Amino acid sequence: MTDAAELQRLTAELLAAHPPASTDRLDFLKARFDAGLAWVHYPEGLGGLGAPRSLQAVVDAELEAAGAPDNDPRRNGIGLGMAAPTILKYGTEEQKQRYLRPLWVGEEIWCQLFSEPGAGSDLAALGTRAVREGDDWVVNGQKVWTSGAHNSRWAILIARTDPDVPKHRGITYFLCDMTDPGVEVRPLRQITGEAEFNEVFLTDVRIPDSRRLGETGDGWRVAQTTLNNERVAIGGMRLPREGGMIGPVSKTWRERPELRTPDLHQRLLTLWVDSEVARLTAERLRQQLVAGQPGPEGAGMKLAFARLNQEISGLEVELRGEEGLLYDDWTMRRPELVDFTGRDAGYRYLRSKGNSIEGGTTEILLNIVAERVLGLPSEPRTDKDVAWKDLAR
Amino acid sequence: MTDLLYSEEEEALRAAVRDLLADHCDAPGVIARTESDTPHDLAAWKALADGMGLAGLLVPEAKGGQGATHREVAVVLEELGRAVAPVPYLTSAVVATEALLACDADELLAELASGRRIGALAVALNVAPGGAYKVVRHEGGALHGELTAIADAAAADVLLVPADDGGLYAVDADAATVTPQVSFDLTRPLATVTLDGAPGRLLGDAEPAVLRALRSGAGLLASEQFGLAEWTLTETVRYLKERKQFNRPVGGFQALKHRLAQLWLEVVNLRAAARNAADALATGEDADVAVAVAQAYAASVAVHAAEEALQLHAGIGMTWEHPVHLYLKRAKSDSIAYGTAGTHRARLAELVDLRAP
Repeated sequence: MTDAAELQRLTAELLAAHPPASTDRLDFLKARFDAGLAWVHYPEGLGGLGAPRSLQAVVDAELEAAGAPDNDPRRNGIGLGMAAPTILKYGTEEQKQRYLRPLWVGEEIWCQLFSEPGAGSDLAALGTRAVREGDDWVVNGQKVWTSGAHNSRWAILIARTDPDVPKHRGITYFLCDMTDPGVEVRPLRQITGEAEFNEVFLTDVRIPDSRRLGETGDGWRVAQTTLNNERVAIGGMRLPREGGMIGPVSKTWRERPELRTPDLHQRLLTLWVDSEVARLTAERLRQQLVAGQPGPEGAGMKLAFARLNQEISGLEVELRGEEGLLYDDWTMRRPELVDFTGRDAGYRYLRSKGNSIEGGTTEILLNIVAERVLGLPSEPRTDKDVAWKDLAR
Repeated sequence: MTDLLYSEEEEALRAAVRDLLADHCDAPGVIARTESDTPHDLAAWKALADGMGLAGLLVPEAKGGQGATHREVAVVLEELGRAVAPVPYLTSAVVATEALLACDADELLAELASGRRIGALAVALNVAPGGAYKVVRHEGGALHGELTAIADAAAADVLLVPADDGGLYAVDADAATVTPQVSFDLTRPLATVTLDGAPGRLLGDAEPAVLRALRSGAGLLASEQFGLAEWTLTETVRYLKERKQFNRPVGGFQALKHRLAQLWLEVVNLRAAARNAADALATGEDADVAVAVAQAYAASVAVHAAEEALQLHAGIGMTWEHPVHLYLKRAKSDSIAYGTAGTHRARLAELVDLRAP
């Protein structure tokens, strides 16, 4: 059993063999991966040591104190948060060896080719087709809301391989090379003015069968691993008090007494309390995870933060009065990182509108809470036993 | 960092209290008792206080108590909230006990801790920590005056009375006239306390004692509010899985599922806020903010939960026979008890420097 003392010893060894000050950043990260200190809960040989996930903090603290570079996880959120756990769970040995190391060190960025213009909340109805030809699959279709597609080397992709069975059963999960011929990425400009998302057109893209993840027709089940990890990644961060969207508006309130009104004061205090309580709930969830008793609260965190982000940024636009009538910059850009707090309140207000849509709409997540946490019955369904090709569209 | 979980011992305590309340405080019994001559369930109180020693949780062992903390008390209150149990636990074992802990009153403290006597702080239930409260006149060793909205005074053996000389006095209930008031919350009845020359024993300064008592009362009330919100949610979910209309369980309609899921989010948040307040009161760290946050949040959740329970039970929820009205009445009264959410928000504005215009 790997304990904290053992991890501290291994971390010290890594630092001694590869002093951060004199080691190339990427070389250090590769050495860290090979030492099993990348994600300690992953298996040996794949960047981990099979240690409890909670002990990662021990390693991170030691490395940070020593001034070691990190893998800049924000640059590869989809890779680290979603692709990696899915590859770990369903990948072949060759796939795990090939993809996880460059993914973790950040040499290869990943994106997600799931949503389609005709398949949003009803993702399982997706229509991108993959047809087997020899050792390859030939893929045709259109994906949308693909964050970071323009920077990505790889994509996790789900496509329809059997239109003659009900929709959940005819899907297969692939790893798609974004540099392959037939992959075309077009920016999708959003209400903020920038294009952090893309549309991705797939035209006769050939994916070798060796890049299929999981069994043919089992893609929906494989995708559940990805989507469950997405919601954990979106909702589960640890925050200090005033660490979220409430921070900037509280700061403005304190610094600009001339903007204060009684109505705004009451609304601010209510949102401050709601933010603090959501923070405590997230912290309680984290403590449960550390104690090895994960609770269902995670399902709710994304819902809570989506609402708070929207209401707080909306309040801040109002608080700013005349400045609230302005916007910092409508210029079309393709940012590499999404920065929720770096820009003005107007940007945050518009961007946070997406928080209740991306990663599952609030309406779908409420269904999930109602059915999986509270055990309430699902609505009667008309699509379960109908072949995909016969669905209404 | 604050520990927001429940320990194994706390879970064992919860299970024991829940068992006890299942035996003593079933819903038909609680409803019937509200209109009897003895609205308080003194048998349940005796079992909790005497049998399990829970009245002395906040009192150090050297002073005749159990030497536990606000964390354990909070677990007891969650269960009492779930059962809307008509016992003077919050008023005697928390509020009166905290007032005595701030004074030099070891003998009385030990009596309350053992459950042999029940105490009530004679401050109106709606007063917030730090808020103004009514006092009686102290003249020649005797007390004169009338105090209203004193929770559980009818069950109390001793009243802790603030007087106009700044002192807090112990008055035997026999020496006072305690007149029940028709109370909105049937399970935590209020009374008027009239003192007409009653003798009082000086315990100490009223102001710090009342502040300490009301702060703990407010912070731990959040756990009671959580308990009652959780019961109403659980019971409503159970009922909607059973109740069928339009040839389907009513709980399968998306319009209702979304409401219940939203309510679940609020209840989960309240648990974290209440645990945080209990832990902060136990450690003394950041307690003022933790209490104000919990009380600024709890009332709306408990009231929302009880109101949703009534609406979603529909016709049956409107009857005297169904217990949901007890929860609604308790939740609504709790939203005033120890200060409204608005009062606690105003306090928070000072504490975290978000000043009013």
